Amino acid sequence: MSFVQNFPFFTIILSLICAVVSFVLSKNASKWVSVALLSISSVLNLAVLVYCSQNNTDFTYMMGHFPAPWGNELAAGVFESLMALLFAFVMLMSILGGASHVEHDVAKQRRHLYWVMVDLTHAALMALCYTNDIFTGYVFIEVCTIASCALLAVRGGGRVLIASVRYMIFALVGSGLFLMGVVFTYSITGHLLFPQLREAIALLWRDGSYRLSMTVAIGLMSVGLAIKAGLFPFHFWLPSAHGRATTATSGILSGVIVKGYLFLLIKIIYRVVGVEVFHASGVQNVLLIFGVAAMVFCSAAAVGSRRLKTMVAYSSAAQIGYMFMGLGMGTEAALIAVFFQIISHALTKPMLFLASSSLMDSCGGHQDFRSLRGAGHRNKPAGFLFTVGALSMVGIPMFIGFIPKLHFASAAFGMGWRTWAVLGALVISTLLNVLYFLYTAMLLWLPVNDDNRPSFNGKSAWRHAAPGLALAVLGMAIGLQSAPLAQLLQQGIALFCR
Amino acid sequence: MQELLNHLNNLPFNYEEAVAVILFAIGLSMLLFCRNLLKKVIGLDVMDAGIFLLLADRGYITGRTVPIIVDGVTEMEYYINPIPAGLVLTGIVVSVSVTALMLSLTVRIYKTYRTLEIDKLYIMMTNWRKGERE
Repeated sequence: MSFVQNFPFFTIILSLICAVVSFVLSKNASKWVSVALLSISSVLNLAVLVYCSQNNTDFTYMMGHFPAPWGNELAAGVFESLMALLFAFVMLMSILGGASHVEHDVAKQRRHLYWVMVDLTHAALMALCYTNDIFTGYVFIEVCTIASCALLAVRGGGRVLIASVRYMIFALVGSGLFLMGVVFTYSITGHLLFPQLREAIALLWRDGSYRLSMTVAIGLMSVGLAIKAGLFPFHFWLPSAHGRATTATSGILSGVIVKGYLFLLIKIIYRVVGVEVFHASGVQNVLLIFGVAAMVFCSAAAVGSRRLKTMVAYSSAAQIGYMFMGLGMGTEAALIAVFFQIISHALTKPMLFLASSSLMDSCGGHQDFRSLRGAGHRNKPAGFLFTVGALSMVGIPMFIGFIPKLHFASAAFGMGWRTWAVLGALVISTLLNVLYFLYTAMLLWLPVNDDNRPSFNGKSAWRHAAPGLALAVLGMAIGLQSAPLAQLLQQGIALFCR
Repeated sequence: MQELLNHLNNLPFNYEEAVAVILFAIGLSMLLFCRNLLKKVIGLDVMDAGIFLLLADRGYITGRTVPIIVDGVTEMEYYINPIPAGLVLTGIVVSVSVTALMLSLTVRIYKTYRTLEIDKLYIMMTNWRKGERE
């Protein structure tokens, strides 16, 4: 066994240790512990990715050396390590970019607890990426919910409290449904580990017994995770939660946590249920229809929103629709498009949140569109970042947002009524994106007379924008040269769907 | 359809499961539709209790005993399945911590607004928004 195979476990246990240590440290030290943790975790996950990709292999890791049907396992392959790397890196950039806002938004005596919660969220996400056991998945879903709710509520203030209660209520409905699905699956099959579950489910489905119960279980798990990820029509908590939180939390919530749940759902579809059974159960079409509806309705809601951050958050809900639509299409090409979409959204959305907060700062804290007019001239780096993000969200070629749209469109052909649903939703959603993102981006660069504006110190703006710029550069690199990543995803699919 | 009818015929023998699922449904609808925050928290606990009842019931096998070896009997046939009990314990821990978090949020909302009715909170929020716009 290679030493690299320990790394997935290290990322989880290291973040749990860091959370405990941060609890007793001072607020500044605990911040640097989180930064160090996320950097180390990125490096470890990169090592696992390189190991899996070069040897073209995946591996399972026994916890405590109990063999398969009894023990708990971690599994790592190209997809798992790629997602873990993406989550760790995006979280790192979000907290680096949002650190100054955290100091402003969070009360001094509670500030070190914020970093404890960042560590715990990271632990939960790593466990969601690497776990090979469905009940462990449930437990870490709840850890992730609690930690992210604390990240949201820590800002204080009445409206944030209401947003966090809404967030909690929908998250709890989702995890209740998911747990019920797990219990159903366990009582039908008697297993909790993914490989054993998959064998048992395939056998039962061929047999024809328990089909109805299995369909209900698949439906409960998918709907539960869809509610937690904020799929239309259960997205009402999302704009208030993502839009009201402090900047770093907004980036983490919309850039990373939503995808943690989504990746668990992908693992359940492809490694537990099996894509054939998932297709036959009919749940696939439900995801497709709600994904398409999310793309249209949430984009329309974004056009109607009056605040900048709410608009960006509604656009997240629409982008989540793209991902569920891809899962509903069910082909391998569509799965590649889903992963491109996950990567593109995770890199772009935190950047947009960082840029919007910076722009708000330069307008004296206002975020209605009237105050934002010409804000790009006052805060050039943030205006530049927002423009890059907006162009990427619209799907202009050369920017990263173009790649998933291209893949979705080319995957859609030859699927009967689905082709028209997917292509129609792509067109409508892109047009609406043009309407609200390009409109906002142009608004930022309108020439205005700045005499009666609050003064803004532009010197530190470039320093604050550096993490956002890193995300932008990475996004541009993938947007210009997506072939190596596509190759990696192809390799991942071959390992993942085996 | 035939499968559904077969399931319904078994209902009198599986009444524990039926009760558990009904509890789950009651809890879920309380969590979604009650307009009072405290009732929502109660609904959450009822929902979790339903799931745990179902899980504990799946692990019990009539006529067998707890999986603690006494008198050197090691045959599997004498003992019930201990895994669901372990899962229920884990689930209870999760449920307690989630309830604690919800209750603390509820307390803070009551301290800020002096009300637990969601409708009143929303009315306040919309009033603020109007104020912001003007």
